[in-house]
Amino acid sequence: MSKALTYGLLLSILMVIAPHADHLTLWVSSLCGILLLWRAYLNYSGKAQPKKWLLMLITFAGTGGIAVSFHTLFGREVGVTLLMLLATLKLMELRTARDAMAIIYLALFIIITNFFYSQSIPTALYMLATLFVITATWIQLHGRNIPLKPRLRVAAILLLQAIPLTLILFILFPRVQGPLWGLPQDAYSSSGLDDKMSPGSLSRLILSEAVAFRVSYKDKPPLREQMYWRGPVMWDFDGHAWTPGSTTEQFLAPQFTERSQTIDYTVTLEPHNKTWLFALDVPDMISLPATLSYDFRLYGKKPVNARVRYEARSNLGYRANLKESDTQIRRALQVPKRFNPRAQQLAAEWKAGYTNDAAIVQAALSFFNRQGFQYTLEPPLLGSNGIDDFLFETKQGFCEHYASAFVFLMRAANVPARVVTGYLGGEFNDIGNYYIVRQSDAHAWAEVWLNGQGWVRVDPTGVIAPARIQSGLSASVSNNAALPFMARNPPQWLRNLNLNWDALANQWNQWVLGYDNERQFAFLTRLGMESVTWQRMAVNMAAGLGLLVAVFALFMLRQLYTRNKTDKVQAAWLKLCKRMAKAGLPRAAHEGALDYAARIATARPEIAEPIHDLATRYSALRYGKIRDEQAQREFLQRISAMKT
Amino acid sequence: MLAKLKTRFRAWALRRQRHDDGTVTLTQRRIYIIPTRQGFALAFVLVLMLLGDINYNLSLGYVLTFLLAMMAVMSMLHAFRNMAQLQVRAGHAEPVFATESARFVFHFHNNSRLDRYQINLHDMQGHSTVFDVAALGHSEVILNIPATQRGWLKSGRVALYTHFPLGLFHAWSYLHFDIRCLVYPRPLSHAALPKGSTPDGAGKRSTAGDEDFAGLRNYVAGDALQRIAWKVLAREQGLKVKQFSTPLGEELWLDYSAATDRSDEEKLARMVRWVLDAEAQELRYGLRLPDGELPANLGAAHRDECLRRIALFNLPQQNDPLPLVGEGLGKGKL
Repeated sequence: MSKALTYGLLLSILMVIAPHADHLTLWVSSLCGILLLWRAYLNYSGKAQPKKWLLMLITFAGTGGIAVSFHTLFGREVGVTLLMLLATLKLMELRTARDAMAIIYLALFIIITNFFYSQSIPTALYMLATLFVITATWIQLHGRNIPLKPRLRVAAILLLQAIPLTLILFILFPRVQGPLWGLPQDAYSSSGLDDKMSPGSLSRLILSEAVAFRVSYKDKPPLREQMYWRGPVMWDFDGHAWTPGSTTEQFLAPQFTERSQTIDYTVTLEPHNKTWLFALDVPDMISLPATLSYDFRLYGKKPVNARVRYEARSNLGYRANLKESDTQIRRALQVPKRFNPRAQQLAAEWKAGYTNDAAIVQAALSFFNRQGFQYTLEPPLLGSNGIDDFLFETKQGFCEHYASAFVFLMRAANVPARVVTGYLGGEFNDIGNYYIVRQSDAHAWAEVWLNGQGWVRVDPTGVIAPARIQSGLSASVSNNAALPFMARNPPQWLRNLNLNWDALANQWNQWVLGYDNERQFAFLTRLGMESVTWQRMAVNMAAGLGLLVAVFALFMLRQLYTRNKTDKVQAAWLKLCKRMAKAGLPRAAHEGALDYAARIATARPEIAEPIHDLATRYSALRYGKIRDEQAQREFLQRISAMKT
Repeated sequence: MLAKLKTRFRAWALRRQRHDDGTVTLTQRRIYIIPTRQGFALAFVLVLMLLGDINYNLSLGYVLTFLLAMMAVMSMLHAFRNMAQLQVRAGHAEPVFATESARFVFHFHNNSRLDRYQINLHDMQGHSTVFDVAALGHSEVILNIPATQRGWLKSGRVALYTHFPLGLFHAWSYLHFDIRCLVYPRPLSHAALPKGSTPDGAGKRSTAGDEDFAGLRNYVAGDALQRIAWKVLAREQGLKVKQFSTPLGEELWLDYSAATDRSDEEKLARMVRWVLDAEAQELRYGLRLPDGELPANLGAAHRDECLRRIALFNLPQQNDPLPLVGEGLGKGKL
């Protein structure tokens, strides 16, 4: 095993495990790093590879360590970690060509595991770079004495030739809707809204710039203050956290009346590993199989664990559940009596003071408005009577605090109310003409049930920080240092760059990552393929690949037959001889180039000099030892400029 | 099973192939290609990857899997191209003594602007050598085959193969030049010359053995190039060798019947030693074998002719085409 080859394999393994560094357990990353360094040192110093028993020891210790820190040896995360450790250890016992080959195949396999975590454009580019390095190493394995430059050239050619072929395959390879077998629990990462809301849970989410979903509106987008995307609805409060709770009436259908302001839009939802789907209040139609719950949430059958795209229609004006069942009203009035006595006291005063529920709502909102409440991302910690502390002491909170306190007050004042979580607003991308809704747009608001009006949205945050609703987070928070960078107000050029990038990423998501059997069907139909069946796709694919490979073969093999420059030199010279023959000076069979030139020179003194020059150059190029491309080119130029 | 298939394939591939003459160009009709074991292993890995892609819905995984598959397909063309249009010519194999290695020489010409890498040349017994041929270049490749017994050693059919660039495909071709290498018996390490053959005895030391031109004779393989009568050849009177003689004197006869060993082979081994010693001591010597004799003479050509007679003594007559030097390879015979 040559040193250079070992370095190549080291680099390959390093490149495939590097992207995993941030989600591997720290000690595994360190162990892999140390092993790689050790291997590099051994290779550099030319020392022997470690003994077999030592490797066995490390292998067992490592596997044991992984089993202990993960509490299992099964599952995706553990599998990836083990694979990484084994690949690194395999490098330590590099003896035969077969070992090297195993490492190359392992490296290729590890590239794929990285896609569990990211499939972005940078990841794709990094994959190409890694593949290039691996291929160059791979070639070295089968051509030991090929110098680096031609090796890289061959690797690049292979890769470049494979790219258009891959495009054909990618478009036409019949897609099967996975999964083929049950996936382990940890198969998908989840980020985004949770089905539990406690003080601090949303403000943590706000710190994430991750995209929750993207929306493109068919016609005019609605006003910002109408962009309420409904997520989990919280009914139950235990004094600290809100949860959706459960009801026996969960299959009750909602009733909407007086629908108006129809709006159509398309949502591309990032995977969040939960069943719910997001729609503007209140949804009317959706292109996916989904259910509209009794509290107006949309949810699918299975968790969204891959990016999903759906079209939906909503009515921004509506009246919802004018008649609500008693069970639900009772649920919407539940308050833990043990906590927050002052808040309950205040609510009792309102209840006594006002005759109708709408007035109580107004009273609560003006309470928030007048009592010097602040909207902040970093609220002080609250005690066990969190709502009392918030309402009467700290008076600093985030939307979740306001929604929570408001609903508590309503319930205590005997107004049915519930907390709704979701997203509000979004950033408009004028390059791609769509809205980006990020995790930092997460929001919580309230709904109260008023007799004669049904469920009505009340957003207490709007009273304290109206800017949050009308123009987004950064405008509403005074100290925005805690916000993610893009949620503050970055310079315009950076914003544009970011929007451009997101538009590109969106196309990538739609066309590359979201290319499933439906997309494939739609795309192929648009390309003009009638009745898209997998047989047809397979035939087209085979034909396309065959054609392209044939074209490549033609170009590649033509190289074998092209005449080289020396032949061209001779051909040009013979052509000149023919021209001279026409001019009445044919070359005799025995005559060498110089003799012939001398004869021409005496017969036609006016071209003596150029013809002598050409003849000298010709004999040097044809019979000399040097193969000088520059000289050949010069000769060819001169000979074509020659007048006879 | 696999070996059986191999033999059957070989029989099929070579059903029309006669001996190759002169320069052979490796055309697509002569190059075969199949996946290697590693190629099949990659296919297996790719299937695993594809299952993973489907199961986890990894679009980028599809991209990687397809890229690898297509690189593998293209590597087949590269493997083919690495051998295609190479020109091969068999060279002359110098005679060797038994137990040495016969050095069969092959000249590879690459008339394309494409470097050829890692081509393996091997015979059917597994002796092999690896070489590259630069673009517009030429490589002289020597295949060493151990010579075990005296007589003609044929290279037999040889095969060329390459696994370049990714080792996924085995592209190969057969070559069957009718080249052979003369193998002299291995000389005894030590054997006294026959009686009366000491410098001051029956053998006459000749110092001017090559001086007097004595006529021409037909060329025989192994004759020294300096002795070929080039002018005669230029007059198109055939390939002749100039013979020289030295003044007649006493001669040393290396006689088969004078060798006292038991077996024929040992006798021959002794005679080889005699020839080498006599030549080294510059004695005029003649060779007498049961099937004929060579008159006494001295010089490299004479020595080679003697050794040749000894090497071929009592061997079944093979088709022994005349000129066996360089490109003048024997016409293929079936």
